[in-house]
Amino acid sequence: MATNILMPALSPTMEEGTLTKWLVKEGDDVRSGDVIAEIETDKATMEVEAVDEGKIVKLVVAAGTENVKVNEVIAVIAGEGESETVSAPEVAAPAIEKPIVTEKVTKVETSQVVVAADPDFPAGTTFKSQSVREALRDAMAEEMRRDDTVFVMGEEVAEYQGAYKVTQGLLEEFGPRRVVDTPITEHGFAGLGVGAAFAGLRPIIEFMTFNFAMQAIDHIINSAAKTRYMSGGQMASPIVFRGPNGPASRVGAQHSQDYASWYAHIPGLIVIAPYSAADAKGLLKAAIRDPNPVIFLENEILYGKTFDVPEIDDHVLPIGKARVLKEGRDVTLVSHSHGLVYCLEAAEQLAAEGIDAEIIDLRTLRPLDIDTIVASVKKTNRLVTVEETWPVCGIGAEIAASVQAKAFDYLDAPILRVTQKDVPMPYAANLEKLALPSAADVVEAVKAVCYR
Amino acid sequence: MAPKKPTKKSPSKASETKSILKRKPVKADAPGSFTLDDDKSAYREMLLIRRFEEKAGQMYGMGLIGGFCHLYIGQEAIIVGLMGAARKGDQIVTGYRDHGHMLACGMDAKGVMAELTGRAGGYSKGKGGSMHMFSIEKTFYGGHGIVGAQVPIGTGLGFANKYRGNENVALAFFGDGAANQGQVYESFNMAELWSLPVIYVIENNQYAMGTSVARASAQTNLSKRGVSFNIPGEQVDGMDVRAVRAAGAKAMEWCRAGKGPYILEMETYRYRGHSMSDPAKYRAKEEVTKMRQEHDPIEQVRVRLLDAGVTEDELKTIDKDIRAIVAEAAEFAQSSPEPDPSELWTDVIAPLSVAGA
Repeated sequence: MATNILMPALSPTMEEGTLTKWLVKEGDDVRSGDVIAEIETDKATMEVEAVDEGKIVKLVVAAGTENVKVNEVIAVIAGEGESETVSAPEVAAPAIEKPIVTEKVTKVETSQVVVAADPDFPAGTTFKSQSVREALRDAMAEEMRRDDTVFVMGEEVAEYQGAYKVTQGLLEEFGPRRVVDTPITEHGFAGLGVGAAFAGLRPIIEFMTFNFAMQAIDHIINSAAKTRYMSGGQMASPIVFRGPNGPASRVGAQHSQDYASWYAHIPGLIVIAPYSAADAKGLLKAAIRDPNPVIFLENEILYGKTFDVPEIDDHVLPIGKARVLKEGRDVTLVSHSHGLVYCLEAAEQLAAEGIDAEIIDLRTLRPLDIDTIVASVKKTNRLVTVEETWPVCGIGAEIAASVQAKAFDYLDAPILRVTQKDVPMPYAANLEKLALPSAADVVEAVKAVCYR
Repeated sequence: MAPKKPTKKSPSKASETKSILKRKPVKADAPGSFTLDDDKSAYREMLLIRRFEEKAGQMYGMGLIGGFCHLYIGQEAIIVGLMGAARKGDQIVTGYRDHGHMLACGMDAKGVMAELTGRAGGYSKGKGGSMHMFSIEKTFYGGHGIVGAQVPIGTGLGFANKYRGNENVALAFFGDGAANQGQVYESFNMAELWSLPVIYVIENNQYAMGTSVARASAQTNLSKRGVSFNIPGEQVDGMDVRAVRAAGAKAMEWCRAGKGPYILEMETYRYRGHSMSDPAKYRAKEEVTKMRQEHDPIEQVRVRLLDAGVTEDELKTIDKDIRAIVAEAAEFAQSSPEPDPSELWTDVIAPLSVAGA
């Protein structure tokens, strides 16, 4: 029986990639383990190995093809004695090469919801399509060009080009003095960064993920956040701690935690969690220039998503200002980072049922732009918060407390929160899906507050 | 055959004392290089710290100083000796036993004492307290209350020196207790890996709060703690200001030559408890008395000065000057007003660079 070679996933969140080249041709005999092709994404390159012995009877996807979906059949191997003329199967055989990767369908580009134009951009601004990953890199590169005191430090940021390829190309342009690979030493290099910031440099400390920043949280809070106050305003720590935060995909409890509310709790910190590439760029540039310690929470799943980024020489956005992503009459959805994916999808479904949702992207979690939320609630009279944090003491809890204090008389329903379920993240695909918030959860909460 | 009983006894108080006293310090530099004037100025600076700390202890007892208050009495030769070797621009960072470091850095005794009393005239406007004071002007970077945190911070100060290509050295002071913190070794590794100009000054005062070095450290020679990172280290008689300055000068030369970090283990002793609320029951009174009588850093200099022909009257004049400075600081610390209530809300964050509307 013929064996299908499938497009493999390079990471838990990869959805598609480019088949760069074939290293075999039809008719070649291959043995298990032979390298037969190279594939790449914007993040990494990998070799594809044959998984079985036999003859390559068909190269289904041509070399150079972009956007090949994970698990798509890319070649067919025939076993010994089998017909060499087996045609590519119309019905894909069970994938035996890789576990089926449960991909998050984020549909950012295909959403039917019309996202409002950002009022921060002047009329006539032109845009280019760029991934969040590229936007973040450009933000760092631009700030490093304008200020020699800015440097990047972290695990694999230099020679490896970033564990998630966010620092791609920076070593080449700025050299090892300013793009510094560290040992696996979160506590140590976070503290070192704070010391460098005390001395007037502007470090960007990359955590491979914020899960590992728990090793460093003492320096983030006790050394960076509190020192301005403890010194009577004398000492500054202009430092950015950035990296992916929150659930990725199928990486289990220790690598899937959203720390937004942990940091948003701390006076002395600025906490930013952007959704779009344009915001990621504009806010990271602002964060690097800011005299305060900034926690910049990125999202692994959003890294590869593309958005329109304004072609402005110096695109810097204000910290502490939410954005109304979509205007609506009936209910206010408030979220940030990857939570917006659920909101946009839900809004589409709700529109079909005649419910017009307003969506607010917080962008900054501390200071929280409560005024924008309250103004929206005064219009819609209903509020649902959406986040990937646990519910207890989460961002939604904070918003609910503030909104009931500031707009009690405007509320026509209790404020509901959509969050990750209150359990450590499970590994099993079905349980993980259940643990995460979803567009369906958002729809359900909206219907509840709309009494529908 | 019955198994042999372990013969190793846990160290007693007496044996600990003995081990402290029997250690052979490195030789101080040739007497000629530490001049009479150096001795005079060291005497003055150490005495300022001693009298300041005594006054702070009294004021704590009177309820004028709150919270934790860790006195530096007995350890004065370390910061004074090292500042004698440092250059302008070299940075100092330490833990919570920090009053002596601030005074030796040239920070004003009035501002330090007023911070202890939590007044507006304090270095941190009363918002930091004993453990949290800073002076950018005097390149003193705190004052850190979390044991060991100052070590990576000091490493970062050294990183900034190298980044800027200046010749300054960062001095990170920490105790024998902090020497067991993991972040110390993370810092050692990076500092040596990147040849950072940092001197790690381990002030081994023999007790981490109430736990003796022997009871907490598998390797009690703390100068060897950098061995696996290839960082040179040496033990220094931290009660002899001359030995401290000589060791400091050597370490600073090493750092300024771009050879990377250096470890100085200062053998010292704190006369008082860990903090004001510590009755120090974990050690014998005789141990303290013996250290004071035989090794006191200030008394050593006093004897040398008298031997060199300095008169008692001259020393009394210095003493009087110091008492006046401390009295003035104590007076200021009590007359300076409490911070204005509006200060509660200031200095949390700096105005945002690109603030929202």
